[in-house]
Amino acid sequence: MTTVYSKANVLPPPSESSTLWGWARKNLFKTWYDTLLTFFMLGVLYALARPLITWAVSKAQWEVVRVNFRLLMVGQYPAAETWRAWLCLFLLAGIIGLSLGVWARQKLWPSVILLLSPLLFALYPDLSSEARTHLFGLALTALLAFGLGRWQGIKLGRAVVILGVLYFPAVLIIIRGGGLLENLAPAVPTSLWGGLMLTFLLTVVGILFSFPLGVLLALGRRSSLPAARWVSITYIEMIRGVPLVTILFMSSVMVPLFLPSGVRPDRVLRAMVGITLFTAAYLAENVRGGLQAIPRGQFEAAHALGLSGFHTMALIILPQALRTVIPVIMGLFIALFKDTSLVATIGLLELLGISRSILAQPQYVSFQREVYLFISLIYWVFSYGMSYASRRLEKRLGVGER
Amino acid sequence: MNNRRAITSHAIPFWRDERFLKALVQAIFLLALALILGYFIRNMLTNLRQQGLGLGFDFLRLTAGFDIGEHLIPYNRSHTYLQAFAVGLLNTALVSGLGIILATLLGVIFGVAQLSGNFLVRSAARGYIELLRNLPLLVLLIFLYSTVFVQFPRVREAIILPGPVYLTNRGVAIPWGTPTATFPLYLQFLGAALILALLLALGLSWYGKRSGRPPLTFFWSMLTFLLVAAAGWLLLPAPPLEANLPSVQGLRLAGGLQLSPEFMALLSGLSIYTSAFIADVVRAGIQSVSRGQVEAAKSLGLTGFQTLRLVVFPQALRVIIPPLTSQYLNLTKNSSLAVAIGYPELFHVSGTVLNQSGRAVEVIALVMAVYLSISLLTSALMNLYNRRVRLVER
Repeated sequence: MTTVYSKANVLPPPSESSTLWGWARKNLFKTWYDTLLTFFMLGVLYALARPLITWAVSKAQWEVVRVNFRLLMVGQYPAAETWRAWLCLFLLAGIIGLSLGVWARQKLWPSVILLLSPLLFALYPDLSSEARTHLFGLALTALLAFGLGRWQGIKLGRAVVILGVLYFPAVLIIIRGGGLLENLAPAVPTSLWGGLMLTFLLTVVGILFSFPLGVLLALGRRSSLPAARWVSITYIEMIRGVPLVTILFMSSVMVPLFLPSGVRPDRVLRAMVGITLFTAAYLAENVRGGLQAIPRGQFEAAHALGLSGFHTMALIILPQALRTVIPVIMGLFIALFKDTSLVATIGLLELLGISRSILAQPQYVSFQREVYLFISLIYWVFSYGMSYASRRLEKRLGVGER
Repeated sequence: MNNRRAITSHAIPFWRDERFLKALVQAIFLLALALILGYFIRNMLTNLRQQGLGLGFDFLRLTAGFDIGEHLIPYNRSHTYLQAFAVGLLNTALVSGLGIILATLLGVIFGVAQLSGNFLVRSAARGYIELLRNLPLLVLLIFLYSTVFVQFPRVREAIILPGPVYLTNRGVAIPWGTPTATFPLYLQFLGAALILALLLALGLSWYGKRSGRPPLTFFWSMLTFLLVAAAGWLLLPAPPLEANLPSVQGLRLAGGLQLSPEFMALLSGLSIYTSAFIADVVRAGIQSVSRGQVEAAKSLGLTGFQTLRLVVFPQALRVIIPPLTSQYLNLTKNSSLAVAIGYPELFHVSGTVLNQSGRAVEVIALVMAVYLSISLLTSALMNLYNRRVRLVER
């Protein structure tokens, strides 16, 4: 006996809380103590929010942020060269637009709203007209790239991935300047890098350079060669066992000692070395997790096809392993973004460092709350935004589950 | 079989034998590593010689010559570097220990609150966690220190909370107890109570295993301990502790237990930051116990409390404990951020020692060794625990 269910026969599921009141009954006033709890929480939230909002709106003097806005964003990077920072943003807008166009084509409106978000910053009243033009340009670039991505579709997929990977070294070259670019973009010494820009650069360098090292360490830890295995294990466990500050401290004090006398890499470079060495150990553990998730059958199949050990790793195992650990690596990226604030303790002027040096000036000493709240907001927005995006990505692509 | 192996090993020359190649590759790898490290170390020795420094830990016995604001053991500037390190290490232990307790309490509260049926409670807990997880700890610490704890009013205008607890820009003072003459005797009493409670716990868990009806071991042994401790307090001729309440005397705080702004900022910052991570660990642990387990327990006739105690908690704990330990380790390692706000824990003290003695290599090696041994010890214990609670599968 077969029953054919047509759509017309199927009743919609019963809606138990379709009205606002029904929802509230279920979620706020289910029992008497639930009601009590609701009112208690309302009271607590009111008590917390009211003074904060009153302060932020009427008492706080945001002048200090306004005056030092440039310092907070790019530090002492020469004003004539600021266009390079903008160029990096334009490239980023283009890449984000393209990738949304290629992979999120169904979600037209959320993407468009996201891509128009630079316009939100244009509302900030004290912006120079130049910055405002740039922000409009950013939104326009992102939209154009989005259109291109939608138009060309998945054909562009590979190109976008390659662009995305190339973006990070490109940013470093653009900001650093010099070399072949000397005429176009003269070298800017790292001592002038600062603010939010330096925070981002440290994060990017950390991930970029720790990636090959981390993958090697992960492979080493799973290698059948005892020498490679023990060296990797020692390195990973040693680094993971000590706080990042000690490593930064070590790299700032010991790196000059390890090099021939006279060679003294600058402070930013030393911090980058420390961050890279630190991140590599954590990345290695994540990649190892991915490697362990690959079933033995994959190795055996590769062997059966006659692939060498190197080819098995490079063509079969690593691509699968790295795909499974994308979400974890995103998490590492976010953690690293937050951890770059520690370089303030060795005297670098990234976002936190430059805030402290602004606040050390006598005229700004009493504006600690304003400045720290402002940079907290910056850290929070970026790190929450990235974690939100990575969660969505994970869900959409199902990367974590493959 | 044997024959064939003999043939192949003859047929393959040694330079194409896999075993030989593997050994060769490893030898080259180790040699290269040794050369690189050797190069670094030689540079280091040359550089140190140019600065007129040697290597060695003899300097630890020299006089430190600097003061440390907070110390749990007697210390002044005439003590040695080694003793300064000990002061720092104890301060690290103190702030980490207290931080772990507070972070666990807060974390469990917010973790359970995330699973509440009440929308407001759930969202507030979620908001708390998302707020803290996305802030750098260092920013939080500096924020707490420079905009909360040193911005409290001066001692004369101190905020007085019931207790009394004094909040001032010089620190926080809370009521405390001063040991009296009978205190040593009371300590012995406490020891006896502890032994009694442990014996009872052992007995009860033995009984539980034999009878298959686990009694409330923790509850009964805790009750025994408290009862014996209380009895001891009453039996002694004079109470072993007398109340020591803080007060304002002139321009200074007097009495009670006085906690510096640095300590308070570090402790509160570490606790609330880590609590957000612990809350997520706790939530994930509770959610990892499948509904079927609860339903099965109900259908066996267990009460709600029994279900929690005998079915949900043991299984949730197995998921919770490993990440929880790594959060505890993180908290301990993060206490080194105190260097930014000036609480003299291990890392901060070592920084001062380094500046005073100029012995960069030794000091950094020592500090890293201490943190490393804490980490390795913890993970060794963790592995033992994991082996014990691992699911025994068919």
